[in-house]
Amino acid sequence: MSEARTILIDPLVDNNPVTLQMLGICSALAVTTSLLPALLMCVALTSVAALAGAAISALRHRIPNNIRIIVHMTIIASLVILVDQLLKAYAFETSKQLSVFVGLIITNCIVLGRAEAFAMKNGVVMSFVDGLGNGLGYSIILIAVATLRELFGAGTLLGYPVFETVSNGGWYEANGLMLLPPSAFFIIGLLIWGIRTWRTQQVEKPEYQIHEVHRTEAY
Amino acid sequence: MPDKAKKEFDRDSISNTLIVAIGLSLVCSVIVSSAAIVLKPIQEKNEEEFRQQIILDVAGLMQPDADINLLFESIDSRMVDLETGEYTDAADPNTFDALVAAGDPAMGIAIPKELDIALIGRRAKYAPVYLVMDGAEIDQVILPVYGKGLWSTMLGYLSLAPDGNTIRGLRFYAHAETPGLGDQIDKEPWRAQWAGKLVYDGGDEPQIRVIKGTVPANAPDAMYMVDGLAGATLTANGVTGLVQYWTGPNGFGPYLKNFREDITDE
Repeated sequence: MSEARTILIDPLVDNNPVTLQMLGICSALAVTTSLLPALLMCVALTSVAALAGAAISALRHRIPNNIRIIVHMTIIASLVILVDQLLKAYAFETSKQLSVFVGLIITNCIVLGRAEAFAMKNGVVMSFVDGLGNGLGYSIILIAVATLRELFGAGTLLGYPVFETVSNGGWYEANGLMLLPPSAFFIIGLLIWGIRTWRTQQVEKPEYQIHEVHRTEAY
Repeated sequence: MPDKAKKEFDRDSISNTLIVAIGLSLVCSVIVSSAAIVLKPIQEKNEEEFRQQIILDVAGLMQPDADINLLFESIDSRMVDLETGEYTDAADPNTFDALVAAGDPAMGIAIPKELDIALIGRRAKYAPVYLVMDGAEIDQVILPVYGKGLWSTMLGYLSLAPDGNTIRGLRFYAHAETPGLGDQIDKEPWRAQWAGKLVYDGGDEPQIRVIKGTVPANAPDAMYMVDGLAGATLTANGVTGLVQYWTGPNGFGPYLKNFREDITDE
């Protein structure tokens, strides 16, 4: 049981798919202007990652090596279409805001990466937990970024006013930059900095070290 | 036992590759298509409510958390015979589907190529209009408009003031233009520019158009021009085409003329 716990907890901070592995950045920029679409995206991606992990793991002894990526894509694409159809039926307004990004889960590196790296080598339950953990790791970052962007960009959270903006007669001058994609880069960059200051083992060694040579050593 | 069988089983054989490929395709296609069919009625209801919401929105009547059906009852839906510009009872405006009627030989007509600036090929003889009333007076006339953009047919509503000339707003409820570029046609701030622009400059040919770049502030005909969309010129040309077609002599031109003449008569 503790192994499942590790698999679930590890991707949340220590092996986070966004801040450590730098995967899934594209959608993290696109759907985080406000919190509600970000939450929906998290639910969509987490359920696809978990179910795809379980399905691929169940078939792992049968999947031929030379068509394995296509098999992964087929399973992931079917799940994504399923999620997309459900969203269009039960969360129509938000699904309009998400537009193509639900469809783009098919090519999300996190889902395919976990299918290839984990689900092909591990059991069904563990692969499900692994997909869940990585989906949640992605979700934590997405929710953090979306909360900051919506709060400082529009003064609201989930559409409810928190800071009364100047345009509504309040005091808060909304920061328009927060609603533009570059702000998500800044926030993710700051998050990575914060996490690596806290968990110093994540700091990468520099690829080159300039070595000082004393003139007497140089021939 | 199962371990031994597994070792002898060659998953890379051609037969297994074919079985997995065909079997998986079948299972996945059944799952996807049954989900699409089961959920279709709910999705269509959502689309229909969204369409009504856009009509209310372009009319400026939409309020958050309001009952769309109730709000929609305040709008008078009528059918118009496009050729004569007169009201008609030939079809029910609430169930009328312009795209289906256009394809029907009895209900639709082919548009001559040189007139087909919206690139739609055929159109229905009749079209619904939505009249927003202010007491007994007409406050706004909302016309359904559609035409080809870069990738898709863009469907929307154009709202005009009772002078039959001043635009109140333009909204699209269905299109598949490039996300981030062409889809600006239904986003603020671009769509807000339409309010207050004029369609005609006295004649019967619509002058309103989307230009390339920004409208010069001091241009004498600035009221007939809307800023272009960077990176989406073909979508923007499509919007020009569909607005000019539907306000032109082959679209709602004869109908709108009644409004303009009413004004001059008074």
